[in-house]
Amino acid sequence: MSTAAPAPGQMEPGPTDPQAAEAARAAAARQAQLAARWSDACLAAALFAVDPVGIGGLNVRALPGPVRDIWLELLRELLPAEEPLRRIPLHIADGRLLGGLDLAATLHAGRPVAERGLLAEADGGVVLLAMAERVARNTAAHLSAALDNQEVMVERDGITARTPTRFGVIALDEGANDEEQVPDTLKDRFAVLLDLNDIPYNAALPADHEPITIRRARERLRGVQVPDDMLEAICGTALALGVDSLRTSLFAQRVARAAAALDGRDAVAMDDVSAAARLVLAPRATRIPMPEQPEDQQQPEEPPPEENQDDDENSQSPEQDIDKPLEDVVLEAAQAAIPDNLLAMLKMGAMRSRSRSHGKSGASQSGSLRGRPAGTRRGEPGAGARLAVIDTLRAAAPWQRLRQQERAAQGTGSDVLVEVRQDDFRVTRYKQRSETTTIFVVDASGSAALHRLAEAKGAVELLLADCYVRRDRVAMVAFRGPGAELLLPPTRSLVRAKRSLAGLPGGGGTPLAAGIDAALDLADGVQRRGGTPVVVVLTDGRANVTREGIGGRAQATDDALASARAFRVAALKALVVDMSPRPRPDAEKLAHAMGAVYLPLPHADAKALSGAVQAVA
Amino acid sequence: MPAAFPFSAIVAQDEMKLAILIAATDQSIGGVLVFGDRGTGKSTAIRALAALLPPMRVVEGCAYNCDPDAPDAALCASCRENRADGFKLKVRKGAVPVVDLPLGATEDRVIGALDLESALTRGEKRFEPGLLARAHRGFLYIDEANLLEDHLVDALLDVAASGENVVEREGLSVRHPARFVLVGSGNPEEGELRPQLLDRFGLSVEVTTPQDLKTRMQVVRLRDEFERDPDAFIEKHKRKDAKIRRRILHAKEKLADVEVPDATLERASQLCMKLGTDGLRGELTLIRAARAFAALEDDDSVEDKHLKRVAPPALRHRLRRNVLDDAGSTTRVNRAIEELFGT
Repeated sequence: MSTAAPAPGQMEPGPTDPQAAEAARAAAARQAQLAARWSDACLAAALFAVDPVGIGGLNVRALPGPVRDIWLELLRELLPAEEPLRRIPLHIADGRLLGGLDLAATLHAGRPVAERGLLAEADGGVVLLAMAERVARNTAAHLSAALDNQEVMVERDGITARTPTRFGVIALDEGANDEEQVPDTLKDRFAVLLDLNDIPYNAALPADHEPITIRRARERLRGVQVPDDMLEAICGTALALGVDSLRTSLFAQRVARAAAALDGRDAVAMDDVSAAARLVLAPRATRIPMPEQPEDQQQPEEPPPEENQDDDENSQSPEQDIDKPLEDVVLEAAQAAIPDNLLAMLKMGAMRSRSRSHGKSGASQSGSLRGRPAGTRRGEPGAGARLAVIDTLRAAAPWQRLRQQERAAQGTGSDVLVEVRQDDFRVTRYKQRSETTTIFVVDASGSAALHRLAEAKGAVELLLADCYVRRDRVAMVAFRGPGAELLLPPTRSLVRAKRSLAGLPGGGGTPLAAGIDAALDLADGVQRRGGTPVVVVLTDGRANVTREGIGGRAQATDDALASARAFRVAALKALVVDMSPRPRPDAEKLAHAMGAVYLPLPHADAKALSGAVQAVA
Repeated sequence: MPAAFPFSAIVAQDEMKLAILIAATDQSIGGVLVFGDRGTGKSTAIRALAALLPPMRVVEGCAYNCDPDAPDAALCASCRENRADGFKLKVRKGAVPVVDLPLGATEDRVIGALDLESALTRGEKRFEPGLLARAHRGFLYIDEANLLEDHLVDALLDVAASGENVVEREGLSVRHPARFVLVGSGNPEEGELRPQLLDRFGLSVEVTTPQDLKTRMQVVRLRDEFERDPDAFIEKHKRKDAKIRRRILHAKEKLADVEVPDATLERASQLCMKLGTDGLRGELTLIRAARAFAALEDDDSVEDKHLKRVAPPALRHRLRRNVLDDAGSTTRVNRAIEELFGT
């Protein structure tokens, strides 16, 4: 087990060109970091093999490729061959996942025959969730429930069953950008979040864990103790990194225990806790810990002697300061393992207080008649609903004998092969991604107005040009003088947009509050019709007209901020584009109050603007 | 079924625990909704409830857990017939049902449908009661309540409002009593709850993770101990759980004797008016919850201190959204309490 990346200062400096030496040093550091990450990934696989149920799951974020294949191969070798390894396809039906009525067997046997679901079949083993970032919310919820209760509860198709099942999950997360994420519900039930994305092929060396060590570790696992100071180190580190969920602390403790068992020890030691901090806590950090921890200073604890030395070639880890309290050592290990992109985000303070919601953006709607099929429900075809033939037959199947008897009793025709009644009808339900409506809120005041308006118009036209492909709509609100005005109601029509944008006057004061209020109203309407609004405000943030339409800078600014806060409550996606030639903090403050992304674009053209909008939406 | 984590071993989360105890004491309050972050022990607490409930009297052999002392109107068809025919209903002690409504449940399992088994094998038309029938006089627990499918929510709302489940399908025509307490949990980030469903919950609790090291360590330690040896752990906490059960039992008996002075009623109305809660349901719930709390505390009359404690869970989900006030509803309730009661 290797620890953090080496401190750059400890590398020997190149004798010749200082710049080349610097570059070489950086490259070496990067190399070492990647190697450390790969060895952590291997360690995670081994730990998961030791305790799949306790660890719950591994989220492997990586595009499909050789590195991921090597890692999976490695894991497969470590898992005992006799334990089931089941793959959950992306669009698995609830019936198959949880179990339900086995149609063929039911018809054959003449009595209801339950079918075991995939989760029940995976008892004692591992399920592999492919393309986990696109998993349906239902499937995620079922998986979470099964992981929580360690049993599958079925209440469907006339079958009531509870089947105990214990398994671990490997989620293959192929998300390409930050928007594509495995549902948080699920991630919270996985101990380890791995990211293999930029590990190069040549860094992916085979690891040195053997199936036999895994077996030994499994036997040892139950007896492994967690001393109090180690538990304190785990919980303290979690707190310092702002990891709120207690489940995470619990997982970190289990990972540490598995690490100790893997190492052949009966008590959790410093190394195990550090490994747990790197694998479990670091990827979930929501803040960078303060350099000083004033409270919970334990008496200095000497790290226990390491039984097996680091076998990595790059083990020039920063010498562990003996005087440091345990927690700081762990914290350091965790901090070094915080992924680069997360670290950058934390440093920018971009982690907004309200966490990203999965429900709002591009929220899919059910109940419509278009979109992707999403199961069936009882109901009659017609009015656009389509009959689901197989499910109708499935619903009718169990009754056939009964209905035959009824027919025989009534003396009506017996040449009916399958009798389907109204109650059996099932129709297909569809889910549809809701369309995005981009609302431009343009500051049309003052002298810069003409310039800004032209750019906004250009951006609107550009967005509309490809909106047919993306099924998006655009609307525009302008504010100047005493109030705000809806220039372009949500539309998809380029022609209409051009016509209503043609004559747009500028000049006058800046009633920012009125503009934001108008945008909020419009966004509310869009949302109520089932769309997803994205608000883009183009302004310099310097309000000078109050909500009542009276001049006065101080009151106007207060009003604008109040409107911005109201806007924030609605939790809409928003972008504030500062288009003043010299960006000042006003607009940034406004963006912050609105919960919006702030983007200074002093020399923006229509193209840059539409690019920025698409990035946000 | 895997053993449930004992209620008495749940660390902190006092408001949630109190709300659950209140709901267990007075079922007419109408259930608890627990909303909060992941990993705060929402489901754990609710699942622990089942072990706490004192047994109740039910009619022997009744599929719907009928109450032998209930008036005719509240009985199921077969019990009513039996009583009309002059039979004395046999009584047995039964556990209060806590029924899990799993997310993937189909409509026929929830409201009940033809019994497949007897239809297939004997060719009989028989009604097989669903989850709603099983939850009669008990609790119906919906985990991830906000993810429940719309057509199930509709069915639930209808039954919860009327206290009776009417099934008209597959040639069956059945009605049976179904009075149950809804208990839900969910994570607000996953989606909002429909207002109609929100309104059915008497109390709503917001839970957050504890932020101090000692509490967090304690949670992890206890959970770990439980998972390593559930039986021993439950045994260890048996006495404390029994104590809580006795407290609920005592509170149930005392409930009718707890007095609600006019002054308290007035206070409750003032509080609701100040907060602008919709409808009278808020006031009613507030009073009932305060009374149950007083009974739990073994107090003889409802005072301000009881109101103050139960006002946030009873009212916070009934506030109208105020766009110019981005403070959370909890803050608003607390502010109103402070203004009204002083400190």
